Amino acid sequence: MSNKNNPLSPHLQVYKWHISSLLSISHRIIGIINFILIIFISSILIFLGADIQIFSKSLIGKFLIVSICWSFSFQILNEIRHLAWDMGYGFDLKISRITGILTIIGSFVLTILFYLIGKNLF
Amino acid sequence: MVQFSLPQNSKILKGKYHKDKTGSNNLKKVNVYRWSPSSNENPRIDTFEVDLNECGPKVLDILFKIKNEIDPSLTFRRSCAHGVCGSCAMNVDGVNTLSCIKSHSDIKGELNIYPLPHLKVIKDLVGDLTTLYKQYESVEPWLKSKVGEKTSTEIKQSQEDRAKLDGYYECILCACCSTSCPSYWWNGDKYLGPAVLLQAYRWITDSRDEERKERLKKVADELKLYRCHTIMNCTNSCPKGLNPAKAIGSIKKMLASS
Repeated sequence: MSNKNNPLSPHLQVYKWHISSLLSISHRIIGIINFILIIFISSILIFLGADIQIFSKSLIGKFLIVSICWSFSFQILNEIRHLAWDMGYGFDLKISRITGILTIIGSFVLTILFYLIGKNLF
Repeated sequence: MVQFSLPQNSKILKGKYHKDKTGSNNLKKVNVYRWSPSSNENPRIDTFEVDLNECGPKVLDILFKIKNEIDPSLTFRRSCAHGVCGSCAMNVDGVNTLSCIKSHSDIKGELNIYPLPHLKVIKDLVGDLTTLYKQYESVEPWLKSKVGEKTSTEIKQSQEDRAKLDGYYECILCACCSTSCPSYWWNGDKYLGPAVLLQAYRWITDSRDEERKERLKKVADELKLYRCHTIMNCTNSCPKGLNPAKAIGSIKKMLASS
């Protein structure tokens, strides 16, 4: 059947988001952001010879550090979820939904934890 | 290249509004995707006001009511009407499902009905599944057994081995899962998709089949199999409650440990 001119049925435009699909795409986007951010921060520290403390001095620096804490927590927790899947666990619809919610909540909890640990250390 | 937006000829326009003529107090607004090959127009969304007092409980009943009483040109596939044949798969309220087993009372507000996503539309709610059937053929979905060729008696299977097929043999190939998968949307010509991979797994895991290794080798491909990123849309949409994501995960695990 030749149907070159037939329209394509709508996809992204109409499909409902689930927690799993939302986490999947954000995992990818945040992965790329992490990759760029870590290069950016490392190059500031290496090429400008700056002290890590410069981040705690400005508001933008603080924001950057807190957001990278979150994005890394999110990435790591999601990665653990994928690891479990690779081992064959957690495919059940209910369980995958729970682990998805845990990933989101956990990423914020970890961020606060990192922040508190950092405060005591510096 | 991945194209997130719809091509120019697929942009959806506003269509006709069919007002209720019965004067019923229990109306539901139903938005249905329409496109006909005999016109040169873009697809459109027609809105029908349907009297729920005189209508069966399922989404398919609504479609029949529209076809019988309002617009006989409405086109959709259906056969058994109780979730066995898989013909009436479509996108209802944003999720792929069989319209014959989906209750319209579950959906609050307006009811949106589209064809299965990212397919070439043949007419209205009918999508072209030719590629999917070709891919299904490519996994050779039949028993391959030299023992079976020689004997005329049945090949015995233990209860445990038979139980391994549970959750997989029930698949009716309605294509809800494959057409819900973003990976399949972007790479549908190369990636096999959840439905076909579930079927592949069903034969890989069958104790009577003697070509397990060959079957595994065949799907072990960067594009055919590993385009699955465990997005889980497939499992979320399966109207039979099966788990294609788990089947694909099992294939990946078998390959990693063999």
